[in-house]
Amino acid sequence: MSETATATHETATHDELKPGVPILEVKGLKRYFDVSAPWLNRVLEGQPKQILKAVDGIDFEIKAGETFSLVGESGCGKSTVAKLIVGLHGPSSGSIEFEGMDIAGRSRKEMAPIRRRLQMIFQDPYASLNPRWKVRDIIAEPIRAFDLADSPDEVLERVGQLLTQVGLSPADGEKYPHEFSGGQRQRLSIARALASEPDFLVCDEPTSALDVSVQAQILNLMRDLQKELGLTYLFISHNLAVVCHVSDRVGVMYLGRLAEVAPSDILFSKPRHPYTRLLLDTIPDLEMSGRDRMPVAGEVPNPINPPSGCAFHPRCPFADDRCMSERPEPKPTGDGALVACHGIEEGRIPDAPIIGKPAVPEGLGA
Amino acid sequence: MSKHLLEVKNLRIEFPTRKGLLTAIDDVSFHIDEGEVLGVVGESGAGKSLTGAAIIGLLEPPGRVAGGEIVMNGRRIDNLGYEEMRKIRGREIGAIFQDPLTSLNPLYTVGRQLTETIMTHTDMTPTKARERAVELLTEVGIPAPEKRVDQYPHQFSGGMRQRVVIALALCVNPKLVVADEPTTALDVSIQAQIIALLKKLCRDHGTAVMLVTHDMGVIAETADRVAVMYAGRIAEIGPVRQVVKQAKHPYTEGLMGSIPVIGHTDEKLRQIEGSMPRLTNIPTGCAFNPRCPKAFDRCFKERPDPIDVDGTEVACWLYDKEAAHV
Repeated sequence: MSETATATHETATHDELKPGVPILEVKGLKRYFDVSAPWLNRVLEGQPKQILKAVDGIDFEIKAGETFSLVGESGCGKSTVAKLIVGLHGPSSGSIEFEGMDIAGRSRKEMAPIRRRLQMIFQDPYASLNPRWKVRDIIAEPIRAFDLADSPDEVLERVGQLLTQVGLSPADGEKYPHEFSGGQRQRLSIARALASEPDFLVCDEPTSALDVSVQAQILNLMRDLQKELGLTYLFISHNLAVVCHVSDRVGVMYLGRLAEVAPSDILFSKPRHPYTRLLLDTIPDLEMSGRDRMPVAGEVPNPINPPSGCAFHPRCPFADDRCMSERPEPKPTGDGALVACHGIEEGRIPDAPIIGKPAVPEGLGA
Repeated sequence: MSKHLLEVKNLRIEFPTRKGLLTAIDDVSFHIDEGEVLGVVGESGAGKSLTGAAIIGLLEPPGRVAGGEIVMNGRRIDNLGYEEMRKIRGREIGAIFQDPLTSLNPLYTVGRQLTETIMTHTDMTPTKARERAVELLTEVGIPAPEKRVDQYPHQFSGGMRQRVVIALALCVNPKLVVADEPTTALDVSIQAQIIALLKKLCRDHGTAVMLVTHDMGVIAETADRVAVMYAGRIAEIGPVRQVVKQAKHPYTEGLMGSIPVIGHTDEKLRQIEGSMPRLTNIPTGCAFNPRCPKAFDRCFKERPDPIDVDGTEVACWLYDKEAAHV
């Protein structure tokens, strides 16, 4: 194992990455959390162990140079996937292959060369920057940790470059994080993530703490950096409009599983899974076309005790007996999408698009 | 008697600090008619929540109303004492806040909080008040209300809690509800439910709403008129369709352009450079001038006041016809 680790590290440099080749492959990934009461309480009260299946068997791959997004409501497990990929959690089972090498549950030492190439941008720029460090030191830390510069002067020069790259000035290195606004702080987070010259960035809700005008600045910056540096993004968000704007391919998550994975243009023009349709229909309509929205029923169930069969069946207008008993697996639909839905597979759900049309597919309005 | 339900005239809110006086709201005027939904939109720090807080009389000290007046139903309410204001709050003006968990008391059942509010403002008997509470919970779409009325807030999910808060705000049929970011803490699918509910209830009861939010989409769905705030002032106020579709103020234009929309796959989002100035450092002239792509001499010297342009009031010198410019 360790042989392959060093071998991969040495052979795969930035220039050799070819677009279109999977850089990350996730297979059967699961992460369970034990959320039981303390042992004594359990014994006294006769309670069973409680297991939260945060991520319950998902598969996807991300090609070099593309942006893959995971979207879903709170508690669907999207952030857990992000943490699993960067190694902040170990998986309960399944594999995460980074350029063909399984990185799941590796030791710190084995992960070190991978970690340089795999960085993360967090949601809250107020919590993810050390308030006691100068910006210069925050950004220099990865450069020093991975030995990417030969002299202190070179480190400083590189920090200046990075700050310029994210739209700040090299002089800002002397300041502390509190002297910056939310958007500028998120730029600092990006600069820090880029400091180790990564190929792959995991972005966990990078703009949801920001105002819209600032969000636009950050999204544009991320897009420019992707073009310039050939980065691959795993983008995690609950905001479908943002996801639509940035992604090449999108995975929709519901209660720890993928409901639908599709190229962005297909997902947004021709959503198949009833949950995807529901999500798309909840977006407030800026065009003010006055279309009637599907009344959304129910809430996300408790993930500790998810519904049997397809987890979405209690909210799904198309659910039948099979949906309640048998869990659907993602099946290809022919146009590059994967949909985990019995109704779609059997062809009993109409294929009508929702966006731009006031009409609601039959049954959905009920 | 004024003909508007609520009238805010030249409102000015100040915060005395060690470094001097901060003017958080500067000369803001607007009105809300009966049964109307006024959306107030802006970025963090624009002063939209403060305006709402001033109307319900819950401005946190040291903040204070330093000028202007707030008139509700022909009666001035910004200078009332605590007790008098308490009577108005709840009966005439209801409030819905962002976080439904912190706006409910965790130690009392939902029913007790509802009946308390009802009995404070009406002379209903406890039994009657309880019936009304169950009725309200039914109205806001809570399943099994007879059982739920005796439960505590922690037994409700986020969306259900916000429904309870709406029931609380509407329990004595106020004329106006100030809703401060009512859906920001909720998931998108729940957000849609809550907006639909708020819209329906206010239409049924003829309640006017001041809807404070940063989400232009929510405003477009819900509001009749919208006020766009920037750095403590109103940049633009007018019918929602006009503001959303044909924004006049360069700030509104930029704001609309920076919202990603599904179906528009433009390479880049239009962005407004820079960020909102801090209150300590508001530029002279128009506060938007450092970020404005169309700023000219006058914007740096004189502060624009709202000018009527086709039914929309815009605080921008571009629309001043008498100016030498154009």
